[in-house]
Amino acid sequence: MAKKILEVHELTTKYITRQGEDVYSVDHVSLDIEEGKSLGIAGESGCGKSTLALSLMGYYFPPLHYTSGEIIIDGKNISGMDPDVVRKTVLGTEVAYIPQAAMNAMNPTRKVGKFIEDVIRAHELPMDKKQIREMAEQRFALLGLPVDALDKHSVELSGGMRQRVVIAISTILSPKVLIADEPSSALDVTSQKMVIKMMKDMLAQGMVKSMIFITHELPLLYNVTDDIMVMYAGQIVERGSAHEMVFDPIHPYSRGLMRSILVPEEGTRDVKLTAIPGTPPNLKHPPAGCRFADRCRYASPACKVVSPPLLDIGGGRSYRCSMSVEQLKEVYGNED
Amino acid sequence: MKTDEMNPAVVADNRESVSFGTRDKDFSKEPLCLSGRGVTRVFHTGKVTTVAVDHVDFDFHKGELISIVGESGSGKTTLSKMLLGLLEPTEGEIMFQGKPRDISTGAKKREYWKGIQAIFQDPFSSYNVFHKIDSVLLDCINMRGGKNLPKEQKIAMMTEACSFVNLKFAELTNKYPFELSGGQMQRLMIARIFLLKPNILLADEPTSMIDACSRATILDMLLKLRDETGMTVIFITHDIGLAYYISDAVYIMEHGKFVESGKPDKVMLEPEAPYTKRLISDVPKIHEPWDLSTVELLQKA
Amino acid sequence: MKHTLKNVFHSPRFLVGFIIFMAILLTVLIYPYFVHRDPLQGLGKGFLEPGTYVSVYDANNTGTYRVDLPEAAEKRLESTLPAEDRQMMLDFLKAKGVDVSGLDASNDKLEGLLAAWKENYDEADAKKNKYEGFSTQAKRNALRRLDNRISGDNSNVAMSVVRGEGEEATSTAVSDTDYVKVDEVANAITLPLGTDNFGRDTLTELVKATGISLLIGLIAGSIATMLGLLVGLLAGYVGGLLDDVLMFIANIFTVIPGFVLLILIYSALGAESRGITTCAVIIGITSWVWTARSVRSQVISLRNRDHVNLSKLSGHSLFRIVTTDILPYIASYVVMAFILQVSSGILAEAQLSMLGLGPNPNELPTLGLMMNWAKLFGAYTSSNAWWAYFPVILMIALISFSLNLMNTGLDQVFNPTLRD
Repeated sequence: MAKKILEVHELTTKYITRQGEDVYSVDHVSLDIEEGKSLGIAGESGCGKSTLALSLMGYYFPPLHYTSGEIIIDGKNISGMDPDVVRKTVLGTEVAYIPQAAMNAMNPTRKVGKFIEDVIRAHELPMDKKQIREMAEQRFALLGLPVDALDKHSVELSGGMRQRVVIAISTILSPKVLIADEPSSALDVTSQKMVIKMMKDMLAQGMVKSMIFITHELPLLYNVTDDIMVMYAGQIVERGSAHEMVFDPIHPYSRGLMRSILVPEEGTRDVKLTAIPGTPPNLKHPPAGCRFADRCRYASPACKVVSPPLLDIGGGRSYRCSMSVEQLKEVYGNED
Repeated sequence: MKTDEMNPAVVADNRESVSFGTRDKDFSKEPLCLSGRGVTRVFHTGKVTTVAVDHVDFDFHKGELISIVGESGSGKTTLSKMLLGLLEPTEGEIMFQGKPRDISTGAKKREYWKGIQAIFQDPFSSYNVFHKIDSVLLDCINMRGGKNLPKEQKIAMMTEACSFVNLKFAELTNKYPFELSGGQMQRLMIARIFLLKPNILLADEPTSMIDACSRATILDMLLKLRDETGMTVIFITHDIGLAYYISDAVYIMEHGKFVESGKPDKVMLEPEAPYTKRLISDVPKIHEPWDLSTVELLQKA
Repeated sequence: MKHTLKNVFHSPRFLVGFIIFMAILLTVLIYPYFVHRDPLQGLGKGFLEPGTYVSVYDANNTGTYRVDLPEAAEKRLESTLPAEDRQMMLDFLKAKGVDVSGLDASNDKLEGLLAAWKENYDEADAKKNKYEGFSTQAKRNALRRLDNRISGDNSNVAMSVVRGEGEEATSTAVSDTDYVKVDEVANAITLPLGTDNFGRDTLTELVKATGISLLIGLIAGSIATMLGLLVGLLAGYVGGLLDDVLMFIANIFTVIPGFVLLILIYSALGAESRGITTCAVIIGITSWVWTARSVRSQVISLRNRDHVNLSKLSGHSLFRIVTTDILPYIASYVVMAFILQVSSGILAEAQLSMLGLGPNPNELPTLGLMMNWAKLFGAYTSSNAWWAYFPVILMIALISFSLNLMNTGLDQVFNPTLRD
């Protein structure tokens, strides 16, 4: 069994609203990623996937607060650490985080190379300007980025190039975990493909040891990551390999999500596109039972009372439903 | 965003899947609803001249669902504004129901807008936050000449429009649109169209800000509206898969030009234009492999 | 709407600013009902310190009471022994060789000085020794008179008052322990802030001036906001040629420094024709530019919002779109701009008046005019009459502070990005 790079046990984080209410956006989430693997996180807006990405960095700032649980990166527990220590010793070296708007995060008055110097300085590494430059050039060449981009200002680069440059800068210290939150959603499809190709290259070459990829675009997720995890209302509802998740989802919610996939290929026009009625529960007052029960067409009265645990069925597969896999398969089969 | 749980205005939605009344119908025999020849729009900013839409030709038939697919910057927003009559083309001609469109005066514009209406991408910016839902719907009745109808009849019309999109009008009175969720707001937009009954509906990315799970509901309501009223729907989108799934005809737009158009099966599965080929191959799919080797990483900065 | 108002009053900044401003406004409105004095009426001559003033004549005609006040004699000596006499005492003591290091001419050292004097002064001794500086007869006499005054402080007769005229005149001896009640004196006046150079009651003048300045600010602010709003709405929404023309005019106003323009218009009008309203109108029409600019940019971003497009598609008229789809969105901003315009109108008036270009000084006082008078008649320098200018400065600062505080408070409520 391969080495586990990231292990998360029962991580819970919350937002404190302006009215002082607690909103648990990440609720007892456990996950792990093996070396060289990638994990995709899918879900509707507001399901907690972006909050999970922020929480995994171990760097919390209001209104987000750490409540409980452990984040272990390559054997090192980073949960509950002082934010300053996290910034110096975890961010950049253990975890790198790329949000959707990352490409607009660069100060337009500074050259790209300067940002790399900043990263090195912030981590107090003993390198002079020449060494930093050499390292940057080497890394850019490996990632297929033009070396002369180092001497350009961010505004001189196209959107896709800018996003790739930001990713290269963020991962210059070869972090163990790369967390990318919708890194390509604002780009055109060709730039998106290039960003994905570069990220996959980084994982293959070991510049990052594992990757968490968050997006609402399921076809993209299917093509990028080894595993897919579906979140709903702050909880994990199902996890499995990308292929199993897309073609053989167990949980009714995952099934609904996968049935909303539309791609330009044969057979798409014959798909029966279905909706899941209703909206997710308000996390200020989460329901007592299964959080999906109100929208689930297979829910029994018991579902609204008893909250099912996340059931591990082996082979890296787990799901959160009170029905057994066989029962679910049967009701799905009756439908089609 | 409010949840349905807190909102009694929403009745349980039993229409869960998209149903097509007129799938694979041949629309070329239907009368022309909107067509254009050499439609061009040029913008001047200082000394820079941008050709946003460059000599496009199109023929939209009655009852047809047309998708205009393009990435950001392709000029699809400018084209949609010209179709709506919010912008005048600098060159070319737009024909409305077979006759050249004339929107030179305010009165003629108002007449044209009885025939074409729109649903926009962002439901949150589509409503005047100071107006209540009643006044949004009443406005539509007034526009259709129902200003002097008795109050009961107006309420009956609004109730009917709301129930068409599975909303309860009685619960919505005296509420503001922002008290609804994004999906519900977009449904209210469809209720608005239901009351206005235009010949053409221009839907500018109506589902791109809606969760995938609610998308089918919106699409189904749009299709049902089309089937009931025979209106032409112009669907503007960047989502190629969605355009393929829903359309009767597809126009692919790049740099202000239509590079390819036709039946979705032909355009999407056997593309001919190089841009369409690249676009289709770069979109991630699930049955066919997504070939990363088609893009070369090293480019000039 | 109700909710927004509630939010506004929950903002501590707005509340503090609002309370200060309301306190000022209420004072301005209520004060005239209690003090019926004409703010420009001269009560005395020149700067009078703050305090209660009693007519000497009337004080003498009031029934007297016998009151023994502790330390009365000493306090009287404090107020009647002039500085030069104290200096003479010091000089004498120094000449006699007494250690005077701990003593000076101030009131709090008076006790020590008197003790030293009583211990060391002896008339015969002074006559005999002819100390340095006190050798002449005249000087020695002066020393003797001084000693008599100091040691005679317990004498019963300090002065006598003659009442009546001619043969009916009676003379009454006034004892040191004779007092009158202040409220029995016919002509007594309390001047909490003294008087200015013309002998006018500074407090009454200040209250009136605050009212006038607020009025000027209000008129100027309303004109500037209205003009700015109109120009901004037209330029932003209609756009095209109208936008170019209006922005050209606005640019001209920006390029010509507003204050210089104000000074030119003002001096051209002449002091006589510069009434309060003229002053306010001129300030108003020279300060609309920035409101117009920011309203325009807000309108431009609103113009492309979908709800405006939908309103157009519904066939609404331009007037209706502007008033129902655009104005409500910028209303909060306009209110904030108005508050700032009022504040800057008040400041502009103060600046102009300070330069002698304010409204006609013979009609009504304004805060700026009061500053101008204080400057002209040397309140800052020769007279050191702080009461003539410091309260005015404080008032300007308070008005400006309260208005700006309300503005930032509103900003916090209306602009969610500034919320913490």
